[in-house]
Amino acid sequence: MLEDLFKVVKSRLDYDSKSGSPVRSRIPSDLLFKCPRCQNVMFMDEYKAAMKVCSACSYHSRISARERLDITVDKGSFLEYDPDLLSKNPLNFEGYEEKLAAARETTGLNDAILTGECTIRTRKCVIAVMDSHFMMASMGSVVGEKIARAFERATEKRLPVVLFAASGGARMQEGILSLMQMAKTSAAVARHSDAGLLYITVLTDPTTGGVTASFASLGDIIIAEPKVLVGFAGRRVIEGTIKQRLPDDFQSAEFLQEHGFVDMIVSRVNMRRTISKLLKLHLEATEGSSHE
Amino acid sequence: MNELTAWERIELIRHKNRPTVNDYIPMIFDEFYEMHGDRYFGDDHAILGGIGRLSGIPVTVIGEVKGRDLEENKKTNFASPHPEGYRKALRLAKQAEKFHRPVICFIDTPGAFCGIAAEERGQGMAIAQCLFEFSKLKTPVISIVLGEGGSGGALALGVCDVLYMLENAVYSAISPRGCASILWKDASKEKEAAEKLRITAEDLTAFGVCDGIIPEPPGGAHTNPQLMAETIADTILESLRILRQKSIANLLEARYNKFRKIGEFEEMTNSPESQRL
Repeated sequence: MLEDLFKVVKSRLDYDSKSGSPVRSRIPSDLLFKCPRCQNVMFMDEYKAAMKVCSACSYHSRISARERLDITVDKGSFLEYDPDLLSKNPLNFEGYEEKLAAARETTGLNDAILTGECTIRTRKCVIAVMDSHFMMASMGSVVGEKIARAFERATEKRLPVVLFAASGGARMQEGILSLMQMAKTSAAVARHSDAGLLYITVLTDPTTGGVTASFASLGDIIIAEPKVLVGFAGRRVIEGTIKQRLPDDFQSAEFLQEHGFVDMIVSRVNMRRTISKLLKLHLEATEGSSHE
Repeated sequence: MNELTAWERIELIRHKNRPTVNDYIPMIFDEFYEMHGDRYFGDDHAILGGIGRLSGIPVTVIGEVKGRDLEENKKTNFASPHPEGYRKALRLAKQAEKFHRPVICFIDTPGAFCGIAAEERGQGMAIAQCLFEFSKLKTPVISIVLGEGGSGGALALGVCDVLYMLENAVYSAISPRGCASILWKDASKEKEAAEKLRITAEDLTAFGVCDGIIPEPPGGAHTNPQLMAETIADTILESLRILRQKSIANLLEARYNKFRKIGEFEEMTNSPESQRL
């Protein structure tokens, strides 16, 4: 593999020595992946085949909501809920509309979350996937509304919910309305929970702020991908308060598990299988109890 | 009509003589017994709680504690609770539910504490559990923002049947300072951010978050704490009178809907389920 890599680079070098242009820019950016954590370099094909996980340090890269659905749900089974909800600009916050438009353009999403119904290895569930590429998956009215509706539908249809969390926190541009989405979503989770239904949260990179302090922390089962960042306060905020540098593993999935806040750390490769097994376990429990 | 700008109100609520929950409790309640600890880890002095009596009605009181001087503020961590503070609040709320006592929450915090210990003990989890449990607590809950309503740390005591704000109180998802440093990379522009964020009692009423504004004496609550306390007591009593007439089922349905309807968005079509991928 490494040899192949040298060949590629060498051929580019040869090519570039003729044209005289800088080598770096001549290597197509979509050919190689360089891990932001350990600087390991992988072929893009190989990196994609590994579900965008670094082969050296097992860093689980941020992936889009669509990519997440592709590796999680049964092909063709996803039925999207509420695709047409659009954020407004309730505070007339300067630049918000432009930011939304740019995020819609780059992600192809209307906001920072996809919700819907699907099967995972034939087990039916409601699924919600947040996308950090859309304004760092901050939670405004649309994200809150879509989550609340997803939980309400799951409660009505007696389905479990699987939610992939990622977020920078509340969406500042929507002010107090964004904060209130924490209450709205948590209340919808509570109703689903009281109906005796299963809720699995998967914490992905990064899950912070108001999302950590609401629905993302309320799963019956809380799973995290390895090494991801999960916390309430931002790292810089804490460093600013205590005036010292925090250890690298602070607020990692492993740190959270050590402190008792994460049930399982599951690699991306095993995620679909693990979730389907957990869904199956609870399906049997529900069926069993119905005889009582 | 309050003519003060958001920033002027922030300066007013930071006035050193602004009454705190510790000032109000003896003036509002006939009796009060403070209860300590979360039963897991410790006792957080940033949140106090206990059982009291308001015009004969037993109530549970939970409040965020601003210190009146540096010494007190050191003890109460400038009203920035740790997870054990929220867990104490939740314990007392559940106890109130058991004994059918209404819960009165006084919100007054710059925000939940951001620090190593808070993260280690699950600050996010502690707040989330408050939101979850308060949303279905089978007893009336009234919350009053006394001064600063700082983000999730305030909301943890703000999932209620009726939310009141004192006239000059503010309630915000992010501090103006935090907003300015993110938006303009310049924390000193906090005055400008304060206006943009729409954080006053009138703004929050317009957004459907605040259900009633409690008028302050001319010049602010600190000019006449006794009068302020009486106004607060009257407001709570009137609100309790209405809430206690409702069945628990109706109360919880209304509480759910209060938060369920907050938010602004547009929906392009009427197809709730479409697009099979």
